[in-house]
Amino acid sequence: MGIFEYAPAPESRDLANLKPHYRPFVNGEFVDGSGEPLKTINPATEEVLAEVGTASVSDVDTAVKAARKAYTGVWSKMPGSERAKYLFRIARLIQERSRELAVLESLDNGKPIKESRDSDVPTAAAHFFYHAGWADKLDYAGYGPNPKPLGVAGQVIPWNFPLLMLAWKIAPALATGNTVVLKPAETTPLTALVFAEICRQAELPPGVVNILPGAGDIGAALVGHGDVNKVAFTGSTEVGKAIQRQIAGTSKKLTLELGGKAANIVFDDAALDQAVEGIVNGIFFNQGHVCCAGSRLLVQESIAEELLEKLRHRVSTLRLGDPLDKNTDIGAINSAEQLAKIKGLVESGDAEGAERWTSPCPVPERGFFFAPTVFSEVQQSMRIAREEIFGPVLSVLTFRTPDEAVTKANNTPYGLSAGIWTEKGSRILWMANQLRAGVVWANTFNRFDPAAPFGGYQESGFGREGGRTGLEAYLDV
Amino acid sequence: MSDRISVAKTYKLYIGGKFPRSESGRVYPVTDAKGKFLANASHASRKDVRDAVSAARKAFGGWSAATAYNRGQVLYRVAEVLEGRREQFVAEVSASEGVAAKKAQSLVDAAIDRWVWYAGWTDKIATVLGAANPVAGPYFSFTVPEPTGVVGVLAPQQSSLLGLVSVLAPVLATGSTAVVVSSADRPLPAITLSEVLATSDLPGGVANILTGRAAELGSWLASHGDVNALDPTGAEPSARADLARDAAGTVKRVLTVPDAEPDWTADADIARLRRYLEAKTVWHPLGV
Repeated sequence: MGIFEYAPAPESRDLANLKPHYRPFVNGEFVDGSGEPLKTINPATEEVLAEVGTASVSDVDTAVKAARKAYTGVWSKMPGSERAKYLFRIARLIQERSRELAVLESLDNGKPIKESRDSDVPTAAAHFFYHAGWADKLDYAGYGPNPKPLGVAGQVIPWNFPLLMLAWKIAPALATGNTVVLKPAETTPLTALVFAEICRQAELPPGVVNILPGAGDIGAALVGHGDVNKVAFTGSTEVGKAIQRQIAGTSKKLTLELGGKAANIVFDDAALDQAVEGIVNGIFFNQGHVCCAGSRLLVQESIAEELLEKLRHRVSTLRLGDPLDKNTDIGAINSAEQLAKIKGLVESGDAEGAERWTSPCPVPERGFFFAPTVFSEVQQSMRIAREEIFGPVLSVLTFRTPDEAVTKANNTPYGLSAGIWTEKGSRILWMANQLRAGVVWANTFNRFDPAAPFGGYQESGFGREGGRTGLEAYLDV
Repeated sequence: MSDRISVAKTYKLYIGGKFPRSESGRVYPVTDAKGKFLANASHASRKDVRDAVSAARKAFGGWSAATAYNRGQVLYRVAEVLEGRREQFVAEVSASEGVAAKKAQSLVDAAIDRWVWYAGWTDKIATVLGAANPVAGPYFSFTVPEPTGVVGVLAPQQSSLLGLVSVLAPVLATGSTAVVVSSADRPLPAITLSEVLATSDLPGGVANILTGRAAELGSWLASHGDVNALDPTGAEPSARADLARDAAGTVKRVLTVPDAEPDWTADADIARLRRYLEAKTVWHPLGV
């Protein structure tokens, strides 16, 4: 156990203003979808939170038509300076309703309140602020004068950062003059539907934003719809490939943010205590449900033992449990299905001969939880070193030279992110050059900002989100 | 005395800086626009594609790591050698495309000028597309463009030199390496370009040029696990959906191209450079 005992410090769940029923949002109205309603549950307790109406394939068509009408009739005609004001309004409303959104996100997703409160919601607001400013400055974005929007964007987002991924998708789409139909993940639809309320509060013209809860079939119908001009997807590489295949040969513009298996590389001259914090943040942030998580720790051999000891000690102080408790470090795994996937991969690590260490932290009896786990003696050929686990499971490998670190780090079809820990500046810059990854964090990890482009190499997808670079995804250039 | 018998030419492929025959042993006759025999060209096979991809991958490390200034020098040197062979290109373009000598001259001049234009981009594109990101925290964050990797290029079928240069030069300027399938019926300018590349300072393997059929070779390039991007310009429009599906297996970047061949004499922009560049964002804390 840790040095300190912590009394429970729960955030009030009443702040979430949870309603018994939620409905799809089409053409500025909450409507009855004709799909089978789904029950969204709290993964920390397995209790039903709310019933959510879902879309059917015909609803997809209705929503796309609404988005098209709003695009041609209103949104594409509106001066950028006017569009900007709507985005600023939305940003402010997210801030004003931030406590509600944070609690609701933690209830629906299982992530610790300190993360939804301090990271997800403020960063979502920041994305709207940032992109609001672009709406009337697109001539200066570097794509020539007066770049045009694409039209209707079909967007499909994952369950790991439900509100933040919505912001990453909707803010640049609206700023550049597109209208959107967005499908949130099946297990985490609630904050997207509160966002729909925010769109109404902001008096956004009807049809500019449409939200359709549903499962993969609705995503496929949306992506495949003949009147969608742009597809943006964040999720697994497997589904990303299927989408790329599905829309092959059409004129739809596509961007993909897919999986990763990031190397977090620690050299013998790194500030070890800081590195340990970065490693913990890199893999245990958001229960490891992060595509850019530092899931492969590469440690220089001479310090491997010392670092592992510090790491295990630090990990054993992480508090796992109630996501609404302000002292919780690790919340719930988002679904039973995901928990089963994590367990399966961990078992493969055992079977392939890696050495498993699991934090002795107490694990709640109800809900979907997985104690932080660190595998050492990991070989590159093992599944736990190659496949994305998407859970609080770290694989530790060793290296001797910088060249070997680069070779091992790049030995993956993915290429989303990487970490470097060393006090030597020239080595940081050399390593950053060599690593085939879209984001490189040196002496830090998991930093995000709307002004900094984010996205992958190779099978981690194509296109960027954030910065000037990210605007390209929504412009006809 | 009869007229001198000319030396009949059988051309080879350009892979890894060398000129091998097709592994398949196949050749096909190349004729001019009126059907008169010009030469035999190698008919590249699937195995030749694989060899060319290996060569391009092997060359990628060195070419992408070369300084942008150095890459610009090398590409400009290519333009110099192109200029030296101007008359040969004019004759071949004229014969291949069935255009008058004057028109062929202007196409060749435009191709050389375009090569020079792209050569000048190597050390400027990072300034234009990169950024220092003003993030809300004590971090230095910057974004730099980096080459995507090995690019498979199905060169235009009609424009035998200007079109070819317009699709190949941007790949090389980014620091990516290329495997090109030339125009099937008009390959002579591509073969001569291979000779130019081989005798300038371009490292072997950076550009590989195969004479053959896009319809036969395209899917091998599109599905190859070690090819990072695909330009389907030279494929039949009806074949492009299949190529894009093949490319999805490895999340390849596939260029969006118009159905009909564009007017290559129009000014180029940096769109093609952008397609072969990834943005890398690097973060470091600020502090004392």
